[in-house]
Amino acid sequence: MASQATIDHLEAKALALRDHIVNDLTGVGKVGHLGGSCSSAEIVAALYFHKMKHDPQNPALPDRDRFLLSKGHAALVQYAALAEAGYFPKEEMKKVKTLGAMLQGHPDMTRTPGIEANTGSLGQGLSIACGMALGLRLDGQASKVYVLIGDGELAEGQIWEAAMAASYYKIDNLVAIVDRNRLQATGAICDRFDTNPVTPKWAAFGWETIEIDGHDIGAILGALDKADRIKGKPTVIIAETVKGKCISFAENNPAFHNGAMTPEQWEIAKSDLNKLRR
Amino acid sequence: MATKSQRQAYGEALVELGKENKNIVALEADLGKSTMSILFQQQFPERYFEMGIAEANMASTAAGLALTGKIPFINSFAVFATGRCYDQLRQTIAIAGLNVNICGSSAGLSDFGDGSTHQSVEDMATMRVIPGMTVLVPVDAIETRKMVRAMAAHPGPCYIRINRNDLPFFTDEESEFEIGKLYPVREGGDVIVFANGVMVSKAVEAAEALAGEGISVKVVNVSTVKPLDKQAVIAMAKGFRAVVTAEEHSVIGGLGSAIAEALSEIKDIPLAIVGIEDRFGTSATNYDELLVYYGLTADAVKARIKKIIGKE
Ligand SMILES: Cc1ncc(C[n+]2csc(CCOP(=O)(O)OP(=O)(O)O)c2C)c(N)n1
Ligand SMILES: [Mg+2]
Repeated sequence: MASQATIDHLEAKALALRDHIVNDLTGVGKVGHLGGSCSSAEIVAALYFHKMKHDPQNPALPDRDRFLLSKGHAALVQYAALAEAGYFPKEEMKKVKTLGAMLQGHPDMTRTPGIEANTGSLGQGLSIACGMALGLRLDGQASKVYVLIGDGELAEGQIWEAAMAASYYKIDNLVAIVDRNRLQATGAICDRFDTNPVTPKWAAFGWETIEIDGHDIGAILGALDKADRIKGKPTVIIAETVKGKCISFAENNPAFHNGAMTPEQWEIAKSDLNKLRR
Repeated sequence: MATKSQRQAYGEALVELGKENKNIVALEADLGKSTMSILFQQQFPERYFEMGIAEANMASTAAGLALTGKIPFINSFAVFATGRCYDQLRQTIAIAGLNVNICGSSAGLSDFGDGSTHQSVEDMATMRVIPGMTVLVPVDAIETRKMVRAMAAHPGPCYIRINRNDLPFFTDEESEFEIGKLYPVREGGDVIVFANGVMVSKAVEAAEALAGEGISVKVVNVSTVKPLDKQAVIAMAKGFRAVVTAEEHSVIGGLGSAIAEALSEIKDIPLAIVGIEDRFGTSATNYDELLVYYGLTADAVKARIKKIIGKE
């Protein structure tokens, strides 16, 4: 069980990530994937600021744990975490998506310290994660590979190809996390190409499944610890989340899958976050 | 200059066509609000298939629909519509010569913010190299509408490359569009520029500037990259001092290559290819900034024209 101090610390980090997303990485009139970035904030905070072994001063640390953002469009939340952790100066965030920027529209390992692979074309992160986990296993490394996948992204067939490979090869140094915010780019998943039910699919593919509230830090840490104890098969954490979480007008709003805030909305977003400050 | 978005025109044309022909169906991979296939969905929900973020499956499903007499249009961003389902387009659709129409939206650098993963610098090449694939690059919104119609009527697979941003008009309602024809948009006598997409406007701008310097430049809109009428290209190029091509695409495999292939059968005409020099895209604050960064400007076209005729 995580201590209350740890939970408080990580909740503050999740808030800091949202602060960066709203103030440094988007702002008024700047298009960005606000929704899918905010739905992942607690998960990303728990990994970078507690669970994972990694070193911002040495991004190539051989025995580091790896984090892959298969839903690469939510790069903002990962950029916020990397900046907050000290991988690069926070000023870089203001330059996101400008010409020549270190921080591109989608994660680019050739430009950004701390990014482990190039993602953005959906459906490929789990395969990359499988390959990394196999490589680390061959080297006898104890490192884990964490990969965050969108629930709309689950429609890509390649996800299930990777899911089969992972259970066939008993890749237990791999943890997939599904950000189940129930929206994709154009609207509700259940009204379109429905990828539900999610958990039984993974179970049928031979994965250990854990369902949690993806905004509950204690639950996230509990699930990540439980995954450490699962041997002989891969683990998937199905995290129930709210797209746009904590930004009132963006919550459950498909317009903020990749939207731009008006000046009024930006004020609201800031005050929404201020209310969460202790 | 009046501008209009090609993607809006594309969506509207699909609706028009759907009204006339009940066999028109559309498939989408969760980008309908960008590709504007959503307009078709609103009119014909029963003939619209949201296939989720699963482009490969969408492409082969379209093949199945075509095999039952439907005329499918599949929609996604150009990178995914061509790259993600390349094998499906090649094996199942093109080899059989099925009438599956592929809309590659937000093509080229036009999705400026999203960066390399979302910017298609090679789709003209990868589609052009598939035997039997027709490759269309509309110059404006009006031509887009005519192309959609031509695609449906054309028996084999067709790819259309749609720009995300508003572009100026070079055609009007009356002007003809036929797959495979070359359309001059400006006459001239010294240098001939074959261009398509956004680069037509850049080439015309360059030609206007050069007129003041005593260099007369003809500009041709090559909105069908394939099939390319090689004899027509040769006939048009004859008598000019040089040929320049201009495209919002890699210099490898696209329009420049197609023109070079055509002109390889004649000698003594120097050729310069203006395009993206074998690089991926990158994020930027706006579209124009990217065009400048990759040298896709009127100034760049102008400089190449002057260089190739030794008037630097
Ligand atoms: C292969 C591919 N197809 C389409 C897209 C465009 N796209 C980006 S995000 C997105 C929706 C993702 O939905 P989901 O996976 O549920 O992510 P989240 O809700 O967490 O943002 C789409 C269709 C893409 N990036 N890659
Ligand atoms: Mg989602």
